[in-house]
Amino acid sequence: MRRSWPEKLILTAPFGWMIALFLAPLAIVVKISLSQSALAQPPYTPVFDLSSGFAAFFARVGELSFAAYASLADDNLYMDSYLSSLRLAGLATVLTLLVAYPMAYGMARAPARYRPFLVVMAVAPFWTSFLIRVYAWIAILKDEGLLNHVLIALGIISEPLHIFGTDWAVMIGIVYSYLPFMILPLYNSLARQDPALLEAAADLGAGSLARFWLVTAPLSLGGVIAGALMVFIPAVGEFVIPDLLGGSDTLMIGHTMWTEFFDNRDWPTASAATMVLLALILVPLAIYDRLRIREFP
Amino acid sequence: MWRGTGAFRLTSLLFGFAFLYAPIVVLVVYSFNASRLVTVWGGFSTRWYSALFADAQIVSSAWISLRVAFLSALIATVLGACAAVALARFERFSGRGLFAAMIMAPLVMPEVITGLSLLLLFVALDIPRGLGTVILGHATMGMCFVAVLVRERVEGVDRALEEAAMDLGASPAQTLLRVTVPLAAPAIISGYLLAFTLSLDDFVIASFTSGPGSTTLPMRIFSAVRLGVSPEINAAATLLIGVVALCLALYGAAHVLMQERTKKG
Repeated sequence: MRRSWPEKLILTAPFGWMIALFLAPLAIVVKISLSQSALAQPPYTPVFDLSSGFAAFFARVGELSFAAYASLADDNLYMDSYLSSLRLAGLATVLTLLVAYPMAYGMARAPARYRPFLVVMAVAPFWTSFLIRVYAWIAILKDEGLLNHVLIALGIISEPLHIFGTDWAVMIGIVYSYLPFMILPLYNSLARQDPALLEAAADLGAGSLARFWLVTAPLSLGGVIAGALMVFIPAVGEFVIPDLLGGSDTLMIGHTMWTEFFDNRDWPTASAATMVLLALILVPLAIYDRLRIREFP
Repeated sequence: MWRGTGAFRLTSLLFGFAFLYAPIVVLVVYSFNASRLVTVWGGFSTRWYSALFADAQIVSSAWISLRVAFLSALIATVLGACAAVALARFERFSGRGLFAAMIMAPLVMPEVITGLSLLLLFVALDIPRGLGTVILGHATMGMCFVAVLVRERVEGVDRALEEAAMDLGASPAQTLLRVTVPLAAPAIISGYLLAFTLSLDDFVIASFTSGPGSTTLPMRIFSAVRLGVSPEINAAATLLIGVVALCLALYGAAHVLMQERTKKG
């Protein structure tokens, strides 16, 4: 099919933009992760300078430096950061599911006229500043914060709970920040289910728990997977949450990489760390792409 | 309708929404606290708001953020709408899979990756960092969200309407401008608002792409937050939430409009 020039423009403008500002930058990260760090501005020795011609380009392939990747493997800080990020993001994803499922279930089974309102209410916090929502938890979780005040006043605890500055605070932050991303796909998969299936199960003698475990839960699996991916993938590389809510012993790769980049100014190592992070999320990212998940707040 | 297991559902809704909104309510309430301490209520006061407006750095950063959000959302909306039409209407073109993946990935990819890669691009091309580079970064991020939002709407547009226009002699471009775009207008408007608020809120990408003189409001807030909780930040946060609530109300209006059109269509 031949396309007129306005149609070509509609395609090439965003396509070209994404290649220039999404794909090409990632290629540059790969390039810099393979160069050596230097005390210069910018702080790395360039590899692959096309201006010196293709022959020189290929000659330099031999000079590629895997020093940045080797230093990642040597440095326990990086290994620990990756493992800790995967663990915290994984646990937080499970917690988010546990919080979101009853909510999404309640929303999907609410009287039809309330449902659009409930969806808007569940999604609205996503629109307000992420930074501010994380900040709000500092005042709540601190040792002398609101939560401890309330719990002590109610007589539930006598000593303040030490949550702020721990991995728990980071997980609470992730659950809170990414909750809308989990609720929406769950709600959509639950609301789409045919109520006749539950009636049929009831007619066949299934109790309410059996109906949930054998009918509702398996049918919502698609929503669970979509929601889990939309929480887990961004949470692995989270920077703001561990920085504001975590403590000095909280390790997350987004934070480690940020420090390497801005404070230590070791760009090759930071680039290599970013590439490894991308490699870690590549499989979930590919599944996400395959599922064509379009349910975002 | 709340019979039987209804009590459980009602409780989970109540607890869920309390969890979602309590921190925001606490934040807003304490921005009007006369006391500097977060846990002590010292009476109602708007002193932190006056302190905020007297802070020249905060005010100038707020203007920078608004300018960046206005312009980047504009670019994001045009490009995102184009991408949406391309994905919804052009079934076959080379690189379709790559294009779709590039539009989808930034929605979930950790922002540190996009931020770092953009910075390295600007350094490699020797582009001085400033307002322009932040706008480029936010436009790239925003267009993906706009594209996903508008694509759904364009796919919902009845093809027969477009075919009718073509039968009556309209060129594909005319059909697009006179039929498809007006029908997708509510989604395009809400896409703009989403891109605007995302840009206004973004901290990570702005930190990587900004230069001297282009410190955005979230960057300013972040460095203040690192020093601890303060009522001024609560006041700034409350104002930001107010702006977003306004955008959300407009978005809601656009949504209602969209549904009315769907009913008529």
